[in-house]
Amino acid sequence: MAKRFSIRQQTGFTTIACACFFLLYLPIAVLVIYAFNESSSVSDWGGFSLRWFVAAWSNQQVVDASWRSLKIASSAAVIATIAATMAALATTRTRAYRGLTFKYAFINQPLMVPEIVTGVALLIFFAQIKIASGYTGLGYLIAAHTAFCIPFAYLPIRARLENMDLTLERAAADLYATPWNAFRRVTLPLLWPGIIAGLMLAFVISLDDVVITEFVKSGGQDTLPTYMLGQIRRGITPEVNAISTVFLLLSVVIVTLFFFMSRKRD
Amino acid sequence: MPDTPGKNAIEVRGVRKVFGTGEAQVAALDTVSVSIRENEFFTLLGPSGCGKTTLLRLIAGFDFPSEGEIMLYGQDIAPLPPFKRPVNTVFQSYALFPHMTVAQNIAFGLEMLGKPRAEIDARVAEMLKLVRMEKLAKRRTSQISGGQQQRVALARALAPQPKVLLLDEPLSALDYKLRKEMQIELKRLQHETGITFIFVTHDQEEALTMSDRIAVMSSGKILQVGTARDIYDRPAVRFVADFIGETNFLDARIDSVDGGKAKVTLKSGATIAATVADGFKPDGEATVVIRPEHAKAVKGTGDISGVVENVVYFGTDTHVHVKLDDGESFTVRQQNTRGAMMEFERGERVGIVIGDDAAQILKD
Repeated sequence: MAKRFSIRQQTGFTTIACACFFLLYLPIAVLVIYAFNESSSVSDWGGFSLRWFVAAWSNQQVVDASWRSLKIASSAAVIATIAATMAALATTRTRAYRGLTFKYAFINQPLMVPEIVTGVALLIFFAQIKIASGYTGLGYLIAAHTAFCIPFAYLPIRARLENMDLTLERAAADLYATPWNAFRRVTLPLLWPGIIAGLMLAFVISLDDVVITEFVKSGGQDTLPTYMLGQIRRGITPEVNAISTVFLLLSVVIVTLFFFMSRKRD
Repeated sequence: MPDTPGKNAIEVRGVRKVFGTGEAQVAALDTVSVSIRENEFFTLLGPSGCGKTTLLRLIAGFDFPSEGEIMLYGQDIAPLPPFKRPVNTVFQSYALFPHMTVAQNIAFGLEMLGKPRAEIDARVAEMLKLVRMEKLAKRRTSQISGGQQQRVALARALAPQPKVLLLDEPLSALDYKLRKEMQIELKRLQHETGITFIFVTHDQEEALTMSDRIAVMSSGKILQVGTARDIYDRPAVRFVADFIGETNFLDARIDSVDGGKAKVTLKSGATIAATVADGFKPDGEATVVIRPEHAKAVKGTGDISGVVENVVYFGTDTHVHVKLDDGESFTVRQQNTRGAMMEFERGERVGIVIGDDAAQILKD
């Protein structure tokens, strides 16, 4: 019998794979290593030290930007996930009709429209509202982040709903569950992994955003990414490396937590 | 069995169900009326696409009729949503809640009805005992076998004591042996609970062995309703005769009709007695049906005659396939007994004797 085709046995497979991994992880590794640099240079190693973590921690601007980022990301992620859950229910628990595909595209619009366009549009739009209302708080950033987070929360939730056996909801109704009870007792518990996945994804996307935030923020509303961008313009110190390292750690923790949570459910 | 007029649990009156609109309209149910009695094991039998599942869904409330009424003990339930109907369903796929234990699944309906905890617990224990699943109460439904899932689905649907239990081909996912066991189990449960069962199947053997009465359906219509015996021995139309068991069709001329009895002359010239469906007045030409085991092959002359084409030995019985003189085929099934074997050979001329009560005149 002929040997089955296996990509692993092709010449050069290992080399290409290693090259890809190097390209992905080497810069990150360098960044993390230089976060522990004693010297103020990001290219000359001056011995191990935690001084840049301490420096970042005691920099009031960094602390403020971090809190702002977390506030915006958690608010936007929660609101976006609620909206996405409702949108997913409305677009899956229905018979196919003319215009349903258009609705999918409409919900996922932020994935297709260039961020720079959304950024400029929101800048102009919010400027009008700011003048009219006088309100200049974080609400604008939360609203903007919610808007572009919705498709990221929507996709995993819709996938989960589409894979769910519709007969289960029918069985619940057959056993005297009102639509609300059927949702609360059957649909929602089965949907949780999708909702959590959507929430995490939305949170990470919001935390990371630069372009739209840069356009929408008012003075003194720097998030961590826009603060870092501003710092780099003035010259890089290992303080930025230290902040990035903490950021990276946070992401890894979130993803790991989610992985274990979803595994426990199955 | 004579018709014993009891209370009707379900009365389906002139129900039509149309899917689609305009040109693409399809009638899944074409003006169906049927009464299902209290405590009855009633079966809807027919090939896939005949409308039996549609009718069940209308009774359950997962769909609403385009026309007509569905009465449950005198109350029209057709416009009610499923959660307001005292009717429960056993689904083909069981549809057990995967995030709940066996006991939680069974308790679900009672919880939704707002029963007190003590009553729920007692009822769940009772149900677990009824389906012999006490030991697996705390298991997840993914950790039990197909047959056990079937029992849980039954217990869950029976727990709220519905007025009618609907079963949508519940045995089709089980292997042959388990299916036989569950057939007996279902009969026992129906007997012990006294609940009216409406059972949907495409398996004629299942229908014949389990049901008090059967409705045979085809193309959105109910063709005949009756006991297994009625349906098998006295099929009213060609489809029913053909769908259930093996059968022979013969063309005949009606000589005389007297109530439920008639005299017909076959093409061979022989005159035989035949029965007529209630309220049907045949005249002129008609088709009669004769079950293979209700006729006998003999050496010599019978009512009809022909040449043996094939003899097939089945252990309990032997099938003799005969080509009649007019070119039609006819099958005779003879019980095998040790010693007294009637031997036929291919090419041999045989006569076929048709019993006095063997032929039935079809309406079509």
